[in-house]
Amino acid sequence: MHTKTLSELSTALHNGDISSVELTQHYLNRINSHNSELNAFITVAEDHALEQARAADSRLQQKIAGKLTGIPLAHKDIFCTEGLRTSCGSKMLDNFIAPYNATVVEKTNAAGMVTLGKTNMDEFAMGSSNETSFYGQVQNPWDKQYVPGGSSGGSAAAVAANLAPIATGTDTGGSIRQPASLCNLTGLKPTYGRISRYGMIAFASSLDQAGPMAHSAEDAALLLNEMAGFDPRDSTSVEQDVPDYSATLNDSIEGLKIGLPKEYFGEGLDPQVAAAVETAIKTYESLGAIIKDITLPNTSLAVPTYYVVAPAECSSNLSRMDGVRFGHRCDDPKDLLDLYQRSRGEGFGEEVKRRIMIGTYALSAGYYDAYYLKAQQCRRLISDDFKQAFDDVDVIMGPTAPTTAFKLGAKTDDPVAMYLADIYTISTNLAGLPGMSIPAGFVKGLPVGLQIIGNYFDEARLLNVAHRYQQATDWHQQSPDNFK
Amino acid sequence: MSLDKTDVEKIAHLARLAIDVSDIPDYAQDLTTIFGLVEQLSSVNTDGITPMAHPLDAVQRLRPDHVTEIDQREQFQAIAPKTEAGVYLVPLVIE
Repeated sequence: MHTKTLSELSTALHNGDISSVELTQHYLNRINSHNSELNAFITVAEDHALEQARAADSRLQQKIAGKLTGIPLAHKDIFCTEGLRTSCGSKMLDNFIAPYNATVVEKTNAAGMVTLGKTNMDEFAMGSSNETSFYGQVQNPWDKQYVPGGSSGGSAAAVAANLAPIATGTDTGGSIRQPASLCNLTGLKPTYGRISRYGMIAFASSLDQAGPMAHSAEDAALLLNEMAGFDPRDSTSVEQDVPDYSATLNDSIEGLKIGLPKEYFGEGLDPQVAAAVETAIKTYESLGAIIKDITLPNTSLAVPTYYVVAPAECSSNLSRMDGVRFGHRCDDPKDLLDLYQRSRGEGFGEEVKRRIMIGTYALSAGYYDAYYLKAQQCRRLISDDFKQAFDDVDVIMGPTAPTTAFKLGAKTDDPVAMYLADIYTISTNLAGLPGMSIPAGFVKGLPVGLQIIGNYFDEARLLNVAHRYQQATDWHQQSPDNFK
Repeated sequence: MSLDKTDVEKIAHLARLAIDVSDIPDYAQDLTTIFGLVEQLSSVNTDGITPMAHPLDAVQRLRPDHVTEIDQREQFQAIAPKTEAGVYLVPLVIE
């Protein structure tokens, strides 16, 4: 049951072969059996899930159900869920029960989907290995000595281990695509503004974007259909029609122009990962695509630019955690300053403090022009590189991450080494473009991801391009031995 | 560029973060390394380049100036650490 596609599950539910309660219970049982090995969930919402499943069954019986009614999913613990704890992986929000739902949660609820629980993540989405979570590290289901990637590491591990058929994630610098790559999943970060950020706890507001984490492009398209759309409650949400992402999955990719940026295949890329990606590109050639060498000359600026822009925005966003209105509050504050300082000092973990301090310094008097303004100008250069590239090609391809999963603890003492794990994914966030990672093979038993970057609002094409590859290969159907 | 103990203390104060004295050398080292990475940007010629604040260069959407929110004070304050008579309580600020 837990190896079926969303379409197969939907058919089974609609035909009455299985009820949503049975399906939900099956996944809850799997979570109960396996979560202790992986630590993929922070909160398992058993009662809440079964209640939603009963409501879904009632809709199915009355024939007023949609395509995804009754299908379980896991939400990253960054999406506010009314009545269910939303911790964002932080001690600061360990006691936080949001008074409202994120728009994404409202939409999956309205579709009749069942929330199994809230998945583990790097604290406030700051990390690339899921090791900064207050609730402990997540293990990669492919090899438990390795990281699942981050920050959406819990969602990645949950779907890869078949503890949920699909999950939501968020991506500020690669947090959907990199864990998808490390766990053999299909993950999509849409264009900035495509999915509402309302109720999605903000890390870097000009970069954050939610998206689906799935086994296949076909499944991802189904969830994106529900997640996407204009929301007046998010001032950066884009007023643009949402196409049916499932409708164009099978379109021909004959003549598709694929750009390979030389900067994505240079120093720092593991040769075996490069070989897997090159094999995937050859598959595309055999499917009729045309390969073009391109250049994104400002690629090397992406990581330094990001580590000014993202911390600057985070230092501002996280100032709302002050021990006054919600979240952690220190004991016996002697004055207001002590209340702020100790509540924040106790509530935030090391990496979050580090990033708040980077941002605070970059925005402080006398340094703004040298750091923040400069980074915003470099951001424009990076974005302009893509604009030029898309004059000649339809999509851009390359590796999602420079290596396969690394060992737990391997990079925890070296923040800059950790930041470089996102070297190929950060540019798309800075430009606001959609990007995907799809399974493209294995190196020593660990998954490799192929990244596909599209032009603005070209999610349908990305999913089409991914789907055609998945019709020709079976990498995405591989599951780790212990979780089949 | 190198950040020292005084810099870290000043930044932590601006950010309203209590940090352990014993952690200061590590923060100074990490911040120095990270700003070393960021330093690469200073050699880039950005003369005449318009700063990019938003990926789609969108502007703030406006809406009619009508009250749309309902009063949810009780619900919001239910999750607050300390409230009394509808207000949030903090240590005494003005005698």
